[in-house]
Amino acid sequence: MDFLAYLINGLSLGSIYAIIALGYTMVYGIAKMLNFAHGDVIMVGGYVIFVAVSNMGLPPVLSVILAMVLCTILGITIEKIAYKPLRNAASSLAVLITAIGVSYFLQNAALLIFGSNPKTFTSVVSLQTIKLFDGRITISGETIVTIISCIIIMAGLILFINKTKAGQAMLAVSEDKGAAQLMGINVNATISLTFAIGSALAAIAGALLCSAYPQLTPYTGSMPGIKAFVAAVFGGIGSIPGAFIGGIILGIIEILSKAYISSKLSDAIVFAVLIIVLLVKPTGILGKKIQEKV
Amino acid sequence: MKKTFKKVVSLALIAVMALSTAACGSKQTNSAGSDSTATFKIGGIGPTTGSASVYGIAVQNAAELAIKEINEAGGINGYQVELNFQDDEADQEKGVNAYNTLKDWGMNLLLGSVTSGSCVAVAAKTAEDNMFQLTPSGSAVDCVANDNAFQVCFTDPNQGIAAAQYIGQNGMASKVAVIYDSSDVYSSGIYEKFAGEAANQPFEIVATESFTADNKTDFSVQLQNAKTAGAELVFLPIYYSEATLILNQAASMEYAPTFFGCDGLDGILSVENFDKSLAEGVILLTPFAADAADEKTQKFVADYEAAYGSTPNQFAADAYDAIYIMKAAIEKSGATPADGVSGICDKLKGAMTEITVDGLTGAGMTWEATGEVNKEPKAMVIKDGAYSLIQ
Repeated sequence: MDFLAYLINGLSLGSIYAIIALGYTMVYGIAKMLNFAHGDVIMVGGYVIFVAVSNMGLPPVLSVILAMVLCTILGITIEKIAYKPLRNAASSLAVLITAIGVSYFLQNAALLIFGSNPKTFTSVVSLQTIKLFDGRITISGETIVTIISCIIIMAGLILFINKTKAGQAMLAVSEDKGAAQLMGINVNATISLTFAIGSALAAIAGALLCSAYPQLTPYTGSMPGIKAFVAAVFGGIGSIPGAFIGGIILGIIEILSKAYISSKLSDAIVFAVLIIVLLVKPTGILGKKIQEKV
Repeated sequence: MKKTFKKVVSLALIAVMALSTAACGSKQTNSAGSDSTATFKIGGIGPTTGSASVYGIAVQNAAELAIKEINEAGGINGYQVELNFQDDEADQEKGVNAYNTLKDWGMNLLLGSVTSGSCVAVAAKTAEDNMFQLTPSGSAVDCVANDNAFQVCFTDPNQGIAAAQYIGQNGMASKVAVIYDSSDVYSSGIYEKFAGEAANQPFEIVATESFTADNKTDFSVQLQNAKTAGAELVFLPIYYSEATLILNQAASMEYAPTFFGCDGLDGILSVENFDKSLAEGVILLTPFAADAADEKTQKFVADYEAAYGSTPNQFAADAYDAIYIMKAAIEKSGATPADGVSGICDKLKGAMTEITVDGLTGAGMTWEATGEVNKEPKAMVIKDGAYSLIQ
């Protein structure tokens, strides 16, 4: 019975990682850059919803939409100001370092505006907790909503990329920027669109993360962001179903190792599993092996 | 044009330099003047800006309040008292800089530092100078490693012992679980002493769970293990920010043991938007609650609110007590400002172990030569969304 309870806890943590990992993997898959500021856009989304719900009294759904709009604007702005000028830089490290810089910038801006005191987040999910076996096992409404949204977003992204013109343009850009441009695709607009979608996903992830773990500080997004990045690598970075699977597996491993091995060592175990997976299958569980054409 | 501009700038610089050296000279002659022996000069160090500024500002305000009262009542041994409070932003290096600034000012006694890290760094300097040091809230053991330094607050490990004794003596539970932060000195320090003392108490620790700074959002496993082990009481030697999450998750899994914490939980009710009903029945050992009914606390809270417009916290109470502790020790030893820094310190070292002070943070406080305080911990329970003292 305990095992089942742990499994459900793992699923609920894993679904949070999965939804963050979707945004990571989306941006990496198209723009081929690791947006380390993704976790902090999640935090910004969380604060927007917090202010909208608690201070302005907006209904939860409207606040989430507001957060999505603001995060999209933020994402595009970050891309235009911080990443675009470096897109053709000699080293891809330049963009990576800039992304870390943006991450710190967002954290410190939030520290300045909202202070370091934690704020308790009011859940945007109103679904009741489901109880099984006389309340020995509980599945929270947040978990159910997170898993369902994950699946919807995943299906939506796959459809979008495969069935729409803009999606096809993204695929083309991810394969070869130069050739895509020669074929008449607006590379800059396509990458901006990618960031817009990634940031809107971050706002949704922020809403669900803060609803499941109702606490908001300027650092709320950073650690889950890193774990979700690990999940994305685990599942095969760039692969959308991979992010989902990676997130869920990571959450379950983390909870089970906490429960059965040691609550101190759970992070070490999670990362050890990552190393083993990458040794056996360097592209991750669902990662595609890309042949370099010479 | 450019050249003339440069000339003007360099002339201005020379003028500034000349003036500043002149200012230096005059300042030195001033501080060597007759004034320095007429008053007790207390220096204070604490973060008045930065992320820990809540603590430093509270200490500064409460110390000012206490000194104002003392001066109005005629001072200590007939000498007036002066306070100079310097900001250290809770940083070790800035703490030492602040200490040097205060020494230049002519400080006789040091109140500080407020935070443990800075306090340990400053303590190394005060030991060299044999400067009497009393920290209101530096709770690390190393803060009082030297014989010239004393504490108003409990040391971290002592809170663990006090908590175990309190739970045992009051028969609060027979099965206890602990959830602590293994990456934090404060938390693991308390846990170790708690576990040690628990062996002598009539309860059993059935689950020991931990988390780290990098992994503190999901506590479902820790709570599940405590629940499975049948713990009636969960001891939380952690800070309030994680505790809000633990309380929330325990409520969602319908686990309702007694939660018991130390002073780290103080502040849980001021977390913005926190559902206070979750904290109902949480017990914490903390030296001070602003709504305690005793006359002394009520007078202090009223005066503080009138002067600074906010409700004093535990740090303010520690600082207020600290000034009166200094007063008691000076009166006991008969020290005067003329004794000099080292002379005052030598007299006070002896007096500190002999005095008994009734303060806001404890009645009948006494001190060991090691610098640690002996006082009864006060237990507060959260009732109707407010701290109330358990009699």
